Amino acid sequence: MRTDIVLPVVLGLSLGFATAAFAAETIAITMDKVAFAPTAVSARVGDTIEWRNADIVAHTATARDKSFDVNVLPNKTGKLVLKKAGKFDYYCRYHPTMTGTITVTE
Amino acid sequence: MLKIVSGACAVMLLGAGAAWAQSAKPNDAQIAHIAYTAGELDAKAGELALQKSKNKEVRDFATSMVKDHRAVNEKALALVKKLKVTPQDNDTSKALTKQAADKQAELKKLSGAAFDKAYVANEVAYHKTVNGALEQTLIPSASNAELKELLQTGLKIFQGHLAHAEHVAATVK
Repeated sequence: MRTDIVLPVVLGLSLGFATAAFAAETIAITMDKVAFAPTAVSARVGDTIEWRNADIVAHTATARDKSFDVNVLPNKTGKLVLKKAGKFDYYCRYHPTMTGTITVTE
Repeated sequence: MLKIVSGACAVMLLGAGAAWAQSAKPNDAQIAHIAYTAGELDAKAGELALQKSKNKEVRDFATSMVKDHRAVNEKALALVKKLKVTPQDNDTSKALTKQAADKQAELKKLSGAAFDKAYVANEVAYHKTVNGALEQTLIPSASNAELKELLQTGLKIFQGHLAHAEHVAATVK
């Protein structure tokens, strides 16, 4: 039983180190009832943020520093691949009281 | 079609001056008409602001009002069609329409910062009144579950509008 597990893990790790130390992840954020949920997320460079708009009105995910601006129509998703580390505060341009934060580490 | 609802609706002036039926509990056909009318009036006010204002914050806010209220009303129209409900004109809708027409006439005479200030102040008051009516009268009175849910969804969006309007109001003082 033990060897069954170890083998794929070792294989996985050795393959992983050949490209990046960690596999990129997709982090889901929902836009619902004019709010981002969760409001704060942590991610790594290379990860993807995917916003899903569950509201009946259009939203955006717009960085305060203008580094990204993703439009998300009702019942649609919008994606962003994180390219640099830092703390990014963002909001919805149509509903500025909707705010969120993405903390990106290397 | 032009029926005054049972004559029982005492129209009362509330807060900013919008009128709401107080005594009689509105039925779903009336609620749909009131909610749709309130949204359409605010979208029209937004269109006026887009014609008149040069202030970016005010224009951004007005753009959201036009987009959101039309989006919610589109859902409302689809729902009444599905439920085979014909929205029914009533004293509250009529009073809202009359007051909005008076306000539009007043706003049309203004320009520049005076317009921005008056438009945004009215948006704050209007959303307070409409949200209060949704919470206290329209949502509790709605009998169809889907209509109730749409009104609740609308309320969340309009609460966001109120916060946005208050934020813009602070910048145009």
